[in-house]
Amino acid sequence: MEPIQPAGCDCGAADDHRKTGTGQKRMGMGLSLLLGAAALVLWYLVYRQLEPFSLFFTYSLLGIRHGTHLGEAVQFFVYDTPKVLMLLVLVVFIIGMVRSFFTQERTRKYLAGKRETVGNVMAALLGIVTPFCSCSAVPLFLGFVQAGVPLGVTFSFLIAAPMVNEIALVLLYGLLGWKVAAIYLVTGLLIAIIAGWVIGRFGLEHWVEDWVQELRAAEAVVIEEKLTWADRVDRGREAVRDIVGKVWFYVVLGISVGALIHGYVPESLMAAIMGKDAWWSVPAAVLVGIPMYSNAAGIVPVVEALLGKGAALGTVLAFMMSVIALSFPEMVILRKVLKPKLIAVFIAVVGSGILFTGFLFNLII
Amino acid sequence: MEIKVCGPGCASCEQARKVVEAALAARGVEATVTKVSDFAEIAKMGIFSTPAIVVDGEVKCVGRVPKQAEVEEWIA
Repeated sequence: MEPIQPAGCDCGAADDHRKTGTGQKRMGMGLSLLLGAAALVLWYLVYRQLEPFSLFFTYSLLGIRHGTHLGEAVQFFVYDTPKVLMLLVLVVFIIGMVRSFFTQERTRKYLAGKRETVGNVMAALLGIVTPFCSCSAVPLFLGFVQAGVPLGVTFSFLIAAPMVNEIALVLLYGLLGWKVAAIYLVTGLLIAIIAGWVIGRFGLEHWVEDWVQELRAAEAVVIEEKLTWADRVDRGREAVRDIVGKVWFYVVLGISVGALIHGYVPESLMAAIMGKDAWWSVPAAVLVGIPMYSNAAGIVPVVEALLGKGAALGTVLAFMMSVIALSFPEMVILRKVLKPKLIAVFIAVVGSGILFTGFLFNLII
Repeated sequence: MEIKVCGPGCASCEQARKVVEAALAARGVEATVTKVSDFAEIAKMGIFSTPAIVVDGEVKCVGRVPKQAEVEEWIA
């Protein structure tokens, strides 16, 4: 009996130790929840003051007269820059935390057993929340092929992932309101779903590079991490440092261009070039958009200014989608796994989807 | 010790390599660090998201830049 007792004692000690451990953790979590809530309230209070401050700054402090070009440009810049950056920080933080639940490994596993159609819809939705950058497109593609994800479903993911991204949505919401953001979200998803489905119908598996099909890849290595909430908050913070650190410059640059257009470009000019009546402006916008490579952060403020000057919503949406979804660098990377014909089909199908969206919105709005 | 940093060479892969080298320096461990950027070779190891770190043939992390403290544990 005796040897058991010390063992039991030991267990008890260990148990006690663990209890204090979780107790501390719980207190730490309560504290960080409280801090988080306080930060959110502070964020909101500052955010509310941005517009009155920009008016005060421009017209009272700098003493620029109302209704002047300069005044409009300055006020636009002083209001929009902090507004967009604040929205960006908040959303990137939240998305960074959400993404810690969706790894590429998990997404691949979800999609592997799915039929087309259902698979296309799921792939497009997962494209929004799965961490993705254009340089990881090739390994991701190989992983999908190896796991037996249908080609069309893979394309739905590859189209949705860059196009429907959180930065684009935040900026559209912040600068143009929730309706435009919702339109963008829905049409972006639809294009990804339908284009992927269409490519799947064509049965173009033989236009994938031969070495991909011959690849006898090893079983996928999956490393499941055990993440605590503190880790997820950390991921959110890392995402903010990473993404906002990278795009803030483009945002400021974009808003500066936007401010100039806002203040100085006459309204009739854009209406003539990019207005509803100029039907050719939609295909032109798509063509111009393909070689342009900008992230959503840089393009949206320009889009806002264009819209404000009478450019039609459909034309502007088509331009933006083309810039983001049909990017030249991504094509170059995908060329490593896709034969040129398949890339051409990809551009044609996605381009048609964008064209259709552009014409549709010019027609109904 | 042999460490492979797998990735096509974008910013985060470069970051991963720096973290590995910093960890090696901090621990004073000698190791050959090679960059693997060929997609076929990466896929053959079962790695489908980058950056990934392989220490002596064992895949340690996939699809993210590790923290220096983690790398120090792997090489200890």
